[in-house]
Amino acid sequence: MPRGRDHRVKPPPFEYHAPASVDETYALLGSLEDAKVLAGGQSLVPLLNFRLARPAHIVDINRIPNLDRIYERDGGVAVQALVRHAGVEDSELVARVCPLLSAAVRLVAHRVIRNRGTLCGSLAHADPAAELPAVLLALGGQVVARSTRGERTIPAADLFTSVMQSALAPDELLVEAWFPASPKKSAIAEESRRHGDFALAGAVRAGDRLALFGVASTPVLADPKNPTQGLQPSGDLEATPEFRLHLVQVLTDRVFTS
Amino acid sequence: MKVNGVQHPAPVDPRRLLSDHLRHDLGLTGTHVGCEHGVCGCCTVLFDGAPIRSCLMLAMQAEGHEVTTIEGLAAPNAALHPVQQAFHECHGLQCGFCTPGFVLSVVGLLAEHPHPTALQIDEGISGNLCRCTGYASIRRAVVRAVELSKQ
Amino acid sequence: MTTRWFGARVQRVEDDRLLRGRGHFTDDINEGALESCLVRSPFAHARIKSIDVTAARALPGVVAVYIASDLPFGSTDLPILIPHPNLTHGRTQRCLASAVVRYVGEAVAFVVAENRYIAEDAADLVEVDYEPLPVVITPEVSAAAQHLVHDDVPGNVAAEMLQEVGDVKAALAKAPHRKQLRLRFERGAASPMEGRAVWARWSESEHRLTVYDSTQSPTSIRGGLAVLFGLPESNVDVIAPDVGGGFGPKIMLFYPDELLVPFAAMRLGRPVKWTEDRQEHFVATNHERGQVHEVEVGFDSEGRVLALSDDFIHDAGAYTPYGIILPIITAAQVPGPYRVPNYRVRFRDMYTNATPTSPYRGAGRPHACFVMERTLDAIAAALGLDRTEVRRRNLIQPDQFPYEVGVMWQDGNQVVYDSGDYPALVKRALEMLGPRPDGDHIGMGLSPYVEGTGVGPYEGAHVQVLVSGKVVAATGIPNQGQAHATVWAQIVADQLGVDVSDVEVSSGDTRRFKWGVGTFASRAAIMAGNAMAVAAGMVAEKAKLIAAEHLEADPADLELAGGSVRVKGSADRGIPLAAVAVLSNPMRYAFGGGTEAATQFAAKPRPGPPLPEGEQPGLEATGYFSPVGSAWAAGCHAAYVHVDPKTFRLEILKYVVVHDCGRLINPMVVEGQIEGGVAQGIGGAFYERLAYDADGQLRNASFMEFLMPYATEIPPIEIDHIETPSPLNPLGIKGAGEAGVIPVGAVLASAIEEALGVPITEMPLSPLKLYELSRQRVTEPRP
Repeated sequence: MPRGRDHRVKPPPFEYHAPASVDETYALLGSLEDAKVLAGGQSLVPLLNFRLARPAHIVDINRIPNLDRIYERDGGVAVQALVRHAGVEDSELVARVCPLLSAAVRLVAHRVIRNRGTLCGSLAHADPAAELPAVLLALGGQVVARSTRGERTIPAADLFTSVMQSALAPDELLVEAWFPASPKKSAIAEESRRHGDFALAGAVRAGDRLALFGVASTPVLADPKNPTQGLQPSGDLEATPEFRLHLVQVLTDRVFTS
Repeated sequence: MKVNGVQHPAPVDPRRLLSDHLRHDLGLTGTHVGCEHGVCGCCTVLFDGAPIRSCLMLAMQAEGHEVTTIEGLAAPNAALHPVQQAFHECHGLQCGFCTPGFVLSVVGLLAEHPHPTALQIDEGISGNLCRCTGYASIRRAVVRAVELSKQ
Repeated sequence: MTTRWFGARVQRVEDDRLLRGRGHFTDDINEGALESCLVRSPFAHARIKSIDVTAARALPGVVAVYIASDLPFGSTDLPILIPHPNLTHGRTQRCLASAVVRYVGEAVAFVVAENRYIAEDAADLVEVDYEPLPVVITPEVSAAAQHLVHDDVPGNVAAEMLQEVGDVKAALAKAPHRKQLRLRFERGAASPMEGRAVWARWSESEHRLTVYDSTQSPTSIRGGLAVLFGLPESNVDVIAPDVGGGFGPKIMLFYPDELLVPFAAMRLGRPVKWTEDRQEHFVATNHERGQVHEVEVGFDSEGRVLALSDDFIHDAGAYTPYGIILPIITAAQVPGPYRVPNYRVRFRDMYTNATPTSPYRGAGRPHACFVMERTLDAIAAALGLDRTEVRRRNLIQPDQFPYEVGVMWQDGNQVVYDSGDYPALVKRALEMLGPRPDGDHIGMGLSPYVEGTGVGPYEGAHVQVLVSGKVVAATGIPNQGQAHATVWAQIVADQLGVDVSDVEVSSGDTRRFKWGVGTFASRAAIMAGNAMAVAAGMVAEKAKLIAAEHLEADPADLELAGGSVRVKGSADRGIPLAAVAVLSNPMRYAFGGGTEAATQFAAKPRPGPPLPEGEQPGLEATGYFSPVGSAWAAGCHAAYVHVDPKTFRLEILKYVVVHDCGRLINPMVVEGQIEGGVAQGIGGAFYERLAYDADGQLRNASFMEFLMPYATEIPPIEIDHIETPSPLNPLGIKGAGEAGVIPVGAVLASAIEEALGVPITEMPLSPLKLYELSRQRVTEPRP
C-alpha cells in the first residue's frame, strides 16, 4: 500500500533545551531519549518543518561559549562545533593552510545558508551528496566526539556509515573537525542542476587521493584511474545510475587535469 | 530579542518559527513566507547584521540577538534605503512578495562586497527566487544600489 | 487630454509600500482570526470507508473540525467555471470528499484552531480509512482506459472536439512530402511566490460577509459566495489585496477553501483564515502543461505547409473545474503566424488521478507554438533547407490582415488576426541576434509566435475627481504585480490632464467596483485600460461642460491640462479641476476648502432645478469596454545556446526578443513582463516538471526538487519593440502578459537539437534527458 506524504509544514511539538556549557550538553544528551542537536539548523529545521523528523527533544547548542574557533593544530586546521560555513569561507587561516576546504565550502548552498549552517553540523548530518564530508575523507581528516563517557577521535573513513547516518552515538557531540593541510594538487568539482543545489555527483582530489560524493550511500574513496569501479549509485529524478557513473568519469578527469 | 531596535520577549512555544513570530506575534508582516524549507528566500532577515532564513530558525534562538526586518531598513516617513531606492528605480519588483527578502540579501551582499563584480552579484542574489521579474531588473537594481551607496 | 503619460517609462506608484514591507497580502491580515488547515488525501485514488475526527476535535486549541456531512453544501458539486457544449463529461469535486478521492491533495476535512501549528497537530489526528483504487497517471495511460478515473466517464474522456479547415485528408494524400511527429509535454506549475490564502469575517449585525482572497477574480468569487450562502451580492465583499503572483492558477470557482473559510467564519462568529503552505500548493493548486501531440504534416519541395493534422490529448487531472479552455487555446494557436491552408485538429481532454489543470501563463499557447515550430524544423531537415527560410516562406504577410484562421477561439468567436507584421519581427530578431559565436556544440533557435489577447466579455472602471483635485479610479479587475495602479493612472492622467501621482487606483475590491471578470489571458491592459479611458473621458467631457458654463466658453474650445480645465492655448483662462469638482455638486456650500475658490467661478443662476433632470452630482463616471474580438499580439524570440558535450549543461549564450503588443502604455512594465515570462519559459524548458510516480504520488513537491531557476540560471535578454496598433480598441493596445513564455521551449528545442545533434520532441529537457538522447543516437544512428 503506498504511503503518502502528509503534506504538513509546521514543526511538531518538542521539548526545547538551550544548555549554556558543553558539560550541560553532554549531560542532556546522555540522559534524554530521542534528542537531536540543533546547531545551524539549516538541515534540521526543514526536516522539523516537514515533520519528517519528530524528536522529543531539541538540544540547542548555540548558547555555548568558546566553541566557535578555527585554529591551527598538528599541521592542519581545526574547526569547532559552532563555526559557521561563512566563517570557514572568510577564514584566511583556512585559505592558507587548507585551500581545498576554502574552495569546497563555497559550493555549499548559498551564502545566506552558510551564515547559519555549521561545518561540524554538516559532517554529523552525513548527507552523501554533501561536499564537506567528501573533503574530510579525501584529506584523511578526523573529528573529535565527546560525551559524559569521555572523548574519542573518529577518522573520516569510519565516520560516515550510511545515508544520513554517522558513527556518532546518540549521546555524543561532535565538538571539532580536523582537516590536514591540503596538498598542492587539490581540487573539487561537482555537477548540480542549479547553482547551490546538492550535487548530482562530485569529485574531490587531494593530491593523488580521490573522494566521490553523491554517488553512494556515503562519500567514498576511489581510484583515480578507475573511479567508477564498484560503484552502484542510486537513481533519482535528475540522474540515473548510468548518468551518475558518466559524471563521475567526467568530474574525475576534470579534477585530475587542472 | 531586539527587533529593529526594539526589545521584545521571545515566544512561549519553542517550536514557533522566527518567521511566524515576526509576522503574527510582533505584527511585522513585511517578512514573507514562501516555502518554509529555506529555498525561496522570501523570509530573509538580518540576524546580527547577516542575512539568514527566518523560516529556519526557532524564534527562541533569537533571544539575545538583534534582528532587522525590512521594516527596520528605513524609518517610516524617511527616505528609502539606497537598496530600496535602487529597486524602485530599476523596476526590480512586480508583485513584491520576494522583495523584502531580496532587499535584505542585497544589503548583506553589499556589506561584504561594496563593489561587487558581475559574478559576485549573481552569486549574491542566487539564493532568492523571484517568479515575476526574471531577475534582469534585480541585477540592474544591485548595480544601481552600488552607485547610490557611494553618494 | 495630454499625451504626456501614455508610452512613458513611469516608475511605479506601488513600489514604496512594497519596498518598506508594508504590502498587504492576505496572510498578513489577522484581526483575531482563527487559523485552519485542510486534511488532504495521501492517495491518488481511493474509496473513503470512514472518517473519524473525534480525537482531532478533542485536541486543546481546536475550535472545529468539519467533514462533508457538516456542510449544508456538502453534497453540492463545485461549479464549472466555463462550461462548453463539447465538455460532455465535465466533473468537479465537492468541497470535502466523503466517498471517493481522485488525486493526492484532494480535501477531506477542514480543521479550525487557535493557530496553524495546533491545526496541523489536529490534522495528524484525523483518521481516514482509505481503500486504494487503481491509479491512472499520464494522459497516455488514461487514453488506454484500462482503469477509469470516474466510473461514469467512458474512456476517461471529459471532452472531445474536432475542427477542420479545408480537406486535410485529401491534401495530405496529394502532398509531395509528409512527416509525422510525436511531441510530449510534462506537467508543470505556475508556482507564484505567494501561495493561496483566504481570510473571512461575518458580521452578524451588518449581515455582511467580507472575504480577502489571493485570487485573480474577486468579482466571480463574490457572485458565487452570494448565491451559495443565499446572500444579496451587496452584502458580500471580496477583496484581492496585494497578491504575490498569480500566473493563472489563482482563478477558480471555487477552490474548496474559498467556501470553507467563509462558512467557518459564519458558523463560528469569528474571523477565520487559511494560508496554504508550499507542500500543499504543489498538490492542491492547479497544474498545467501536460499534453501529447500526434502530428502529421504535408508539404511541398519549397517547404511550404500544405496540410497539418494534429491529434492531441490533454491532461485534465482528476476534475475539470475550469472547463476546456486550455485545449481549445492550443487547438486555435497551432497554426500561429503561418498560413496553413488545410488544418485539422482533434483533441481529447483526459482524466487522470492527479491535481486538476487550469491555465498557467501561456495557457496552451506554448504547446501550440512548440508543435508548429518543431514541425517546421522537421520540414527544413527533410528538405535540407535553412530553418529560418522555411519560416519566411510560410509566414502570413502584412497585407493579409484581418486573417481568418478558421478555428474557434476561447471566446467562442472565430480566430481572426487583426493586425501585425510577422516578417518584420523575424528580420529584427535576426538583426539583434547577430552572427553565430565560434565554438563547438553551439546551436541557434528562432521562433515567431502569435498571442491571442484581450478576450472579453468586458471590464469596467469608475473615475472620480475629488474636491481636493486628486483623482480616484477603481476597477473590478485585480492585480498580481503587473503595475496596474501605475499603468491605469497613466491613462487616466492623460485624459484628465493631471499628474500620475495625483491618481490613485484601486483594483480587485468589490467594495470599490463590483463588476468585472478577472486578470488572465493577457487582457487587463486592453480591458481595464480602455475602460479607464472611457470613464476618464466621460469625466473630462463633463468637466468641460461644467467649466464651459462658468467660463462662458464653448466646451469644444476647452482642454484639460496642468490640473485645470482651460481655454486651449490660454493658460490663464481656466478653472482648477478641484474647483470643477466642487461646482459639480449643487451642495457645494456645505463643504469647505475649495468652495471659496469655486465661488469666484459661479455662473449666473439658470432656470430649473439645481440638479437638472438626467444629471448626477459629482465629477465622476463609470465606463465599460467590451471587445468585438481578441487583439492578436505577436513576437519573435531567437537564441544561441551551447551544450556541454560531457555534462550536458545548457548555457544560453544570447537571447533576444522582439515584441509587438501594439501601443505600449509603459515600456518599462512591458519589458518586466517579458523578462519574467522568458524566465518562466526557460524554467519550463530545462528545469521544471512535476514528476508523478505510478501511484500518483508527486515525487518533487518542494522547492528543493521542483527546480525553479535562480538568477544564475537566467541569462540577460535583449528586448526590442515594434508597434502595430490594434484596430479593435480605442487605445490601440494588445496584451503582453504571456508573450515572454510562449516560444521559449520551441527556441531552446531547436537550438539544442542543432547544438547536440539529437532530436528534441519533448518538454522539459534536462542534462539527464540530453545524455540519454545522445546515447540513443550512438546506439541507433539516424538514417
